[in-house]
Amino acid sequence: MREMIISELTQALHELARDFAHFLPRLIVMLILAFLGWLIAYVAKVVLRSILRLIKFDKLSENAGASQLLNKADLPSATEVLSRFVFWVAWLGFILLGVSVLGILGLQEQIAKFFLFLPRLFVALFIMFFGLLAASFFSRAALLAAVNANVPSPRVLSLAVRSIIVVFVLSIAFEELGLAEQTMLVAFGIAFGALMLGLAIAFGIGGRDLAKRFLEKKFVRSKHEEGEDELSAL
Amino acid sequence: MMETLSPGASSRGRAEVIHTELKLEDETFLTDDFLRQLINVGEVDILVGLATHNNAKTIGSIVQTIQSGILQAFPRERAVIIDADGGSHDGTPELVTGVSIDDVRRATNPYALRTLHSISTKYASSPASGVALRTILAAADLLRAKACIVMSPESASIEPEWVSKLLRPVYRDGFDLVTPTYRRHKFEGLLMTNLLYPMIRALYGERIREPYSSEFGFSGRLGSQFLNQNGWNDGGGGAGVELRFTLAAITGGCRIGQSFLGEKDHVERHAADLVPTLRQTVGSMFSALGADFPVWSVVSGSQPIATTGSDQELLLGPMRINRKRLRDMFSTGVAELESVFQSILSPTTLAELQRIAHLGEEEFHYSAELWVRTVYEFAASYQKSVISRDHIIQALAPLFRGRVFTFLTENRNASASEVENNIENLCLEFERLKPYLLQMWKSRE
Repeated sequence: MREMIISELTQALHELARDFAHFLPRLIVMLILAFLGWLIAYVAKVVLRSILRLIKFDKLSENAGASQLLNKADLPSATEVLSRFVFWVAWLGFILLGVSVLGILGLQEQIAKFFLFLPRLFVALFIMFFGLLAASFFSRAALLAAVNANVPSPRVLSLAVRSIIVVFVLSIAFEELGLAEQTMLVAFGIAFGALMLGLAIAFGIGGRDLAKRFLEKKFVRSKHEEGEDELSAL
Repeated sequence: MMETLSPGASSRGRAEVIHTELKLEDETFLTDDFLRQLINVGEVDILVGLATHNNAKTIGSIVQTIQSGILQAFPRERAVIIDADGGSHDGTPELVTGVSIDDVRRATNPYALRTLHSISTKYASSPASGVALRTILAAADLLRAKACIVMSPESASIEPEWVSKLLRPVYRDGFDLVTPTYRRHKFEGLLMTNLLYPMIRALYGERIREPYSSEFGFSGRLGSQFLNQNGWNDGGGGAGVELRFTLAAITGGCRIGQSFLGEKDHVERHAADLVPTLRQTVGSMFSALGADFPVWSVVSGSQPIATTGSDQELLLGPMRINRKRLRDMFSTGVAELESVFQSILSPTTLAELQRIAHLGEEEFHYSAELWVRTVYEFAASYQKSVISRDHIIQALAPLFRGRVFTFLTENRNASASEVENNIENLCLEFERLKPYLLQMWKSRE
C-alpha cells in the first residue's frame, strides 16, 4: 500500500515535472513576447507621438472639440492620449499573444475575439474623431451664419446642429463596435425624432411670430427698411 | 454694328504669328471662337475689358461712353473692347457687340483713324470675376496691347474722360497700374477707409486709396506678368482677384499711380452682402500676406503715390444708416461668438471687446487702436489657420460693424477735412502697430 502511494506520488511528481518542463519554455516565450511587445509598443508610442506632433494633431483635436473634453476630464493632450492608447493596445496584444502560446484552454477563443475586435475599435475611434471634427466645423459654420444673418438665438441653432451630428456619429460608432446595436438604433431614432419634433413645435408654435417676422422681412421688405439697412462696404 | 478688319494678307500673317505664340494653356482656356475673333483683330495698342453678367440695362450706354472716350483721346490708336461675359440671359453680349460706332462719331465729332473692335465671349455659365479678368488679360497678352483698362459694366456715372484718365498715364507716361479715386459720400466705402486702404498702406508702404476697384488701368507688361504668375486654379472663381492684381503690382516694383475719375455710383447693398465682400477683399488680402511676407515685413512707413487730380473728394449730404442695428449686431456677435474669438484673438483684445459690447449707445467707442489690434490678430490667425480660414473672415463681420458704428458716430457732423483727418489717424495707427503684427507673425511661425 505504502509503495503504491509512493509510486503514484512519484509518477504524479514526474508528470508535474514533465508538464512544467513543457510549460517552462512556453512561459519563457510568453515573457519574451511580453518584453518584445513592450519594446515595440514603446517605439510605436514614440514614433506616433512624433508624427502627431509633426502634423499638429493637437490643433486638429482642439478644432474638433476633443481637447476640451480631455481637459474637462483632467486628461493629457490628445496626442499623448492617443500615443498611450496605441502603446497599451499594442502591448496588451503582445501579452495576449504570449498567453495564447501558454495553450490554456478557453483563453484562445477569447484572445482571438480580442484581435478581431481591434480593427473595429480603431474604425470606431476614427469615426468618433472625425465625427466630432465635423460636428465642430458645422456647428461653428451655423453659428457664424446665424450671427451674421441676425437670426435670434444663434447658439441654440449651433448646438442643435452639433447635437444632431454627435448623436448620428455615436450611433454609427456603437454600431461599428457591435455594442448594444438595437438599443443604440432605438435610442438614436427616439433622440432624433424628439429633436425634430421639438424643433417643429418650437418653430410652429413658439416661433410663430419669429417666423412671421422672418418671412415678412424676407419677402415683403419695405423700401423704408431697405434704406435703413444700407451699408456700402466698398 | 461691330466692325472687323477685312482679313487681308497682312492681318492673316499677323494672325498666324499670334496664333503660333499661343500657349497650350491659353488654347484650352479660351474658346476657339474667341481665339478666331482675336486673330481677326491682330495687334492693338489699347484694350478695354468689361466683365459682364446681365447688365443689359447699363451696358449699351457704357460701351458708347467708352467708344467716345477712345475716339476723343486716342483716335490714332488701334483699340478693342473685350467683353468677358459670365452667362448673361438678357442679351448683354449682343448689346456690347451691337453698339454702333457711328452714333458715337455723330455725337462726339472726331473720327478714329483706326478700327475700333468689340468682341464678346462667354467664359462660363455663371459669373466669376477671376475667370473674367483672366480672359481679359489673356486677350491683352495675345493682342499685345500696350495699355489696358477694366471698366465696371454697371456704373451709371461713367464719363468718356474716365477712359483717358486711366489710360493716359499708362500709355503715355509709363505707369504700370493706375487705380481710381472718386468723389463719394463720407460714409460710402467704409471697408475701404477703415481696413483695406490703411492696412495695405501700412504693410506695403503705398498710399493707394482704392486698392480694390472695378475700374483700373494697367500696362500690357503688368497684365502678362500677372497672367503668368497668378495661381488661377484656386477653385474659388478667383474672387478678389482685383485686389491681388494691385498687390502684385506693388510687390513687383511696378510704377503705380492713381487718377481722380469723378463721382462714384452709390451701390445698394444689404447687411447680407458684407460677408461675401469681406471674403473677396479681406480674405484675398490676408491670403496674399503669407507669400508677400518678405516684401511687407521690411517696409516701414508709407509713401504717397503719383496722383492725377484730387486725392479723394467727400460728399457730406445726409445718409440713412441703421446705426442701432450695427451696434446690436456687434454686441450679439461678441457675446455669441466668444468661443470662436478665443481661438483668434488675444485674451486682452477679447476682454476689451467684451467690455465695450456692454456699453450703451452713447458711451460705445471702438477705438482705432483696438480695431487695428483686432485686424492684425485676425490676419495672424488667418495665416496660422487656427480655425477654418473662411470662418475667421466671417467672424470679422460683426466686429467690422462695431467699428463702422464708431466711425459713423465720430464723423456724424464732421467736415470733409475732419473725416480725412480721422482716416489719416487710423492709417497712422495701422503703421504704428505694424511691429505688433510682425511680432505675432514671427511668434506664430
